Amino acid sequence: MKSGKALIFAASALALLAAPPAFAAKASKIKIGFITTFSGPPGVIGEDMRNSVNVALDALGHKMGGIPVEVIFEDDQAKPEVGKQKAEKLLGKDKVDFLSGIIFSNVLLAVRKTAVDSGKFLIISNAGASQIAGKQCDKNIFSTSWQNDQIPMAMGEELNSKGVKSLYVVAPNYAAGKDMITGLKKTFKGKIVGQDMTKWPTQMDFSAELAKARAAKPQGVFIFYPGSATVAFIRQYEQAGMQKIPLYSVFSVDALSLPKLQEAKINAVLGTYDTGFWAVNLDTPGTKKFVAAYKAKYHKYPSYYGAQSYDSMLLIASAVEAVGGDLSKMDAMRSAMEKANFESVRGKFTYNNNHVPIQNIYLNQVVADKDGVWTTSMVRTIYKDHQDPFHSQCPMKKTW
Amino acid sequence: MSTLVVEQLFNGIQLGILLFLLAAGLTLIFGIMDLMNLAHGSLYMLGAYVSSTVALASGSFMLGVVVALPAILLLGVLLESAVLRRLYRSGHLDQVLATFGMILFFNEFVRVVWGPAGIEVPLPPFLTGTVYPGGVALPVYRLVVMAVGLAVAGFLYVLVAKTRIGMLIRAGASNREMTAALGVDIGRVFTLVFGLGAALAGLAGAMAGPIFAVSIGMGENVLIQTFVVIVIGGIGSIRGAFVGALLIGVIDIMGRSFLKDIFGLFLPFDAAETAAPAVASMLIYILMATVLFFRPQGLFPARTG
Repeated sequence: MKSGKALIFAASALALLAAPPAFAAKASKIKIGFITTFSGPPGVIGEDMRNSVNVALDALGHKMGGIPVEVIFEDDQAKPEVGKQKAEKLLGKDKVDFLSGIIFSNVLLAVRKTAVDSGKFLIISNAGASQIAGKQCDKNIFSTSWQNDQIPMAMGEELNSKGVKSLYVVAPNYAAGKDMITGLKKTFKGKIVGQDMTKWPTQMDFSAELAKARAAKPQGVFIFYPGSATVAFIRQYEQAGMQKIPLYSVFSVDALSLPKLQEAKINAVLGTYDTGFWAVNLDTPGTKKFVAAYKAKYHKYPSYYGAQSYDSMLLIASAVEAVGGDLSKMDAMRSAMEKANFESVRGKFTYNNNHVPIQNIYLNQVVADKDGVWTTSMVRTIYKDHQDPFHSQCPMKKTW
Repeated sequence: MSTLVVEQLFNGIQLGILLFLLAAGLTLIFGIMDLMNLAHGSLYMLGAYVSSTVALASGSFMLGVVVALPAILLLGVLLESAVLRRLYRSGHLDQVLATFGMILFFNEFVRVVWGPAGIEVPLPPFLTGTVYPGGVALPVYRLVVMAVGLAVAGFLYVLVAKTRIGMLIRAGASNREMTAALGVDIGRVFTLVFGLGAALAGLAGAMAGPIFAVSIGMGENVLIQTFVVIVIGGIGSIRGAFVGALLIGVIDIMGRSFLKDIFGLFLPFDAAETAAPAVASMLIYILMATVLFFRPQGLFPARTG
């Protein structure tokens, strides 16, 4: 029995290895495997990413370089092992030409080897793990998002320029939470008067942390709470009567949490600041097209997750067009992508040696738009053409 | 510092009372019916969704809570008579499997009906503020949750200790066969108990909605803590659930608040910073293990025949 199982494994491993070698000339169909999360609370993010991929496909006429495109979506359930299985399935069974998507850093780290070994391109639409930007960078991995540290580093600068001397920090106790605090500390010059790391993802009660934050009398509170925890945290912030202390956030107050906060009439969030590479009112042709098309199709604002996913599709399209649909020309496709020659939501940008965008980071503020809908609005540019701090650890050289 | 301690004590008690609402129903169901119900968290989630939906549609938060109670009670009765009744004779493992299946079912059900995004309801203005007796900041809504929880505790005490139904429940818990032999329709008592437990879970969900995010899977987050409460309190004992819930609430909050300072006394700052959150999230399990070691039957075991 045991050897029988082993045989099946060996056979499937062989089958994976024997996946068709680069086939000649123009493909008849382009297949993209998009891994994201549809189950559990992060399912909202996955839905927004899928919507945005669809908006991109509409814009492309469902064709890249004249060839029909099919995107196959897979749910990683926010679990690294599931993400890896899905990547194997997409590459082995569906024989996709590109992998894309991936929300969570830990899922990305699990998928990396499978993707790299396959020799196909992996276009990351969100996860900003420092490893992938640094030592574990790869010639076939591109990001259309950022590296985690870039965003909280910008917030640190903003706090310095606001003259904030004392800050209380609350974030969940997992990889990205730690990255955010590390990033903030890289630039913030004031004193961090208190820091709490809460149990992730189960802890939704923040009464103890809020009471401590109030007692510490800081000039500001910095948070990172992705997903539904944002809503819980900010509701409790207001219920605890903390709105007099300014709240600063990264990756928390977005097009997914703001409608919920507005539903709940949590006014405390209005006027708060966060930092990011993007906002719906960013003055670029790419953003204008994307936001208008998204709003027309789904009647709400897209999130930055969506903007990144949209960019992923356009980046892939730019590569396919550059080789006239001959997907066997990996090197030519790679150099095409390295030029970032597409209408990105962030405007014109260049890729760093590690295939992470060199990009502006903005200060955004929560406002009500002209229709009274709560959204984030770009206030000013904090970093111009910012390079993530890990690019120097990546052995790849910039040749473009 | 002392106001902070008082404030955290309040937070702990308040969290405990919220846990009690969940634990009371679960401990009744397990203690009396000997039924392992993992789907208790799903009833809590549905309570939150139903009350939020009604509140959004009607504009009245109170109405939402009032409607959620009988709605979840009815759902509980339906579940018991349609599904769970068949599982009384099977072992706990089958019950775990079946009720775990229900968790998956209800999570998907909520996604289909309400979408993945969850819903949020504004609180009426008179519940949103904060009061400061003696400089201690207390959110009004949390005081309300406390009052509701204490009222439920009182109601359960009277129901179980002073009424005929309570007598039947106690009798059923002590010796099911004997009670049935005396001509009591134990099946109906079970349906009633399950419905009551479900209604309590629904109430807990409706009350918790405006504090925690109303989202898919919110029940699983608290279910584990609820189990810890029941194990500490003694399975089947409402008094145990009450004391256990308060203990868990206070210990959890105190750990999250002061453990870092305590560790800081004898550890370097960085080590305390890393160790404290990890240990704080383990504290309630350490307490459970300790109780299990010294009093495996829990602090207030229900009397059994």
